[in-house]
Amino acid sequence: MKKIYFDYAATSPVDPRVIKAMLPYFSEKFGNPMSLHGFGQEAKLALEKSRKEIADFIGAEIKEIIFTGSATESNNSVLKGLAQANKEKGRHIIISQIEHPCVRESAKWLEKQGYQITRLPVDKYGLLNPRDLENAIKKDTILVSLIHASNEIGTIQPVKELGAACRQKGVLFHTDAVQSFGKIPIDVNKMNIDLLSASSHKIYGPKGVACLYIRKGIKIEPLLHGGGQESGLRSSTSNVPGIVGFAEAVRIAKKDMKKENLRLFRLSQKLIKGLLKIEGSHLNGHPQKKLPNINNFWFDFIEGESLVMQLDLEGIAASTGSACSSVTLEPSHVLMALGLKHQEAHGSLRISLGRWSKESEINYLIRVLPQIVENLRKISPFKTSFKFD
Amino acid sequence: MNLYSKEIMKHFKKPQNVGKIKNPSGLGKVGNIKCGDIMHLYLKIAKDKKEREVIKDVKFETFGCTVAVANTSLLTTMVKGKTIENALKITKEDLVKKLGDVPAIKMHCSMLAVDALGEAIYDYYKKEGKEIAPDLQKRHEHAEKVEREIKRKFHGEEQG
Ligand code: FES
Repeated sequence: MKKIYFDYAATSPVDPRVIKAMLPYFSEKFGNPMSLHGFGQEAKLALEKSRKEIADFIGAEIKEIIFTGSATESNNSVLKGLAQANKEKGRHIIISQIEHPCVRESAKWLEKQGYQITRLPVDKYGLLNPRDLENAIKKDTILVSLIHASNEIGTIQPVKELGAACRQKGVLFHTDAVQSFGKIPIDVNKMNIDLLSASSHKIYGPKGVACLYIRKGIKIEPLLHGGGQESGLRSSTSNVPGIVGFAEAVRIAKKDMKKENLRLFRLSQKLIKGLLKIEGSHLNGHPQKKLPNINNFWFDFIEGESLVMQLDLEGIAASTGSACSSVTLEPSHVLMALGLKHQEAHGSLRISLGRWSKESEINYLIRVLPQIVENLRKISPFKTSFKFD
Repeated sequence: MNLYSKEIMKHFKKPQNVGKIKNPSGLGKVGNIKCGDIMHLYLKIAKDKKEREVIKDVKFETFGCTVAVANTSLLTTMVKGKTIENALKITKEDLVKKLGDVPAIKMHCSMLAVDALGEAIYDYYKKEGKEIAPDLQKRHEHAEKVEREIKRKFHGEEQG
C-alpha cells in the first residue's frame, strides 16, 4: 500500500543531508564544548558555527541565540523565566486564545502563582487584531507572547504590527515561531521581536533540539541551573550532534525557501480546490494569510477521529482537532476560538505538507476522500442539519 | 501499525447494521458527555414461537469515534436474535472483552452503545405500555441526565 505523510506540522523526517552533517559528531568529534582540550574545542567550534548559522537566519546576533531541548522548553523558559525576573515590575501577561499548549499551560501555571493572564481573541480566520493588543496592555504588563503562525490552521499573525504595539508601550514581545521558522522569512529587528522560539524537528532536523532568541539586555531566569552552558541560561551538556543538525536544517531551509514556498503554495491551492468540491466541506483559517503548507478543513456531520483512522487505512497520515482524538476529550481550542461549534470542530481535518509532498499524493487524497466522507456520513445520524432532539 | 486492536479495526472497517429502521419498535438516542458524541439505535422487536420478545433487527447511526463505531457494530451483532431479557444483560465489560485492547480514554465510548440499547428497549416498553423494571428505569434516568448535560455543554441553541 502507498504511504503518504500529510502530517508535517506534527513532525518531519530528518533530511539525509542533515544526518550526514550530524554523523561525525557522535563518535568522532564527540567532545564536550566546555572542555579545554582539543576534543572539546572541536565541538565548541561546531556549536558556535551552528549558533551563527541560526542567528544570521533571523537577523540576530550570535550571543542572542541559546539552544534548548524543545520548543516547549523554550516557551516555558520565556513565560516562567521572564515572569520570575520581572515579578517586581508587574504580574500581567498577555497571550492569545490560539497558543500552543506549552504556552497555554505555562500561562495557566503562572495564573496559579498569582499572575494575571489576558487571552486575546481572534477573528473567524484566526487573526489577532493589533488594536486589541494595544488596549489589553496595562501598566503592569511584563510580557506579550503570541504565536506567529498557527500549528493547527496555519494563519499567520501580523507580527510586525503586534510587535510595534508592544514596543510603543515598552512591553517585551515574544513569538512562538515553531511553525513559521524556516518556512517564511523572519527578521527579529524588522518585525519588532524581542524573544522567539523555534524548533529543529519541524524543519527536517532532529528531534530534541530547539532554540530561543533573546534580545540583548533582556533578563530572564533560567529553568535549569548547573554548569552554566548557554551563557548560564540553559545548563546541560550541549547536544552537539543535534545542534549541528539543526543548523544544517536551517541552512537548507534558507537556501530553498523561496522555491519551496511557491511549490507548497501551489500544491495547497490544488488541494483546497479539490477538497472544497466535497459537499459540506469548509476551510478553516485565513485563505491567504496562511503558511503555504498547513491546510485545515471541516466536513459536515462526521467525526474527525474516524476520518483520520479511515485515511490511515488508505495509507494517508493526517490529523484532526476532534474532541474524540484529544487526550482531554475536548475539541481543539484553536477551532473553538474561530467560533466553530463543538460538532463542527468534530469534523476537522488538518493536511500539512512538506519537503517530500508530491502532486500525485495530493491527487490521491482528492480521489479517495469523497468516498470516505460519504461512508462516514452514512454512519452519522445527522444527514442535513445538526438537529438534536 | 494500528492504534487499535484487530477486532476494533475489523468492525470499524466494515461496520455491521448501519442505518435506520422505519417504524422501529424502539429507538434509543444517547449522547456522550465526555466528547459530545451522539448515538442512535433502532430496534425491531417481535414475538417468537415461544411467545418471547426477540430482537429481530437492529440498526445504528453514530457521530462518534472509531471505538464508538466498532463497539456499536459489535453490540448489534450480539443482540440480533436475542430475547430482550438477554440483550439487557450485555455490559460494557462484555464489549470491551471482545474488542481486545480498548484504550482507557475510550472506555466511555463502549458505554454509549450499551446506553443506546437500554434506551431503545425502554422506548419500546413505554410504547407498549409495559412495566419498566427498576434496573432499566435507573439506566433511563441516567441517560436522561447525561442528555440534559450534553445539551447544556455542547449544543446551546442547536437543540431541536
Ligand atoms: S465517541 Fe468520542 S471518543 Fe469515542
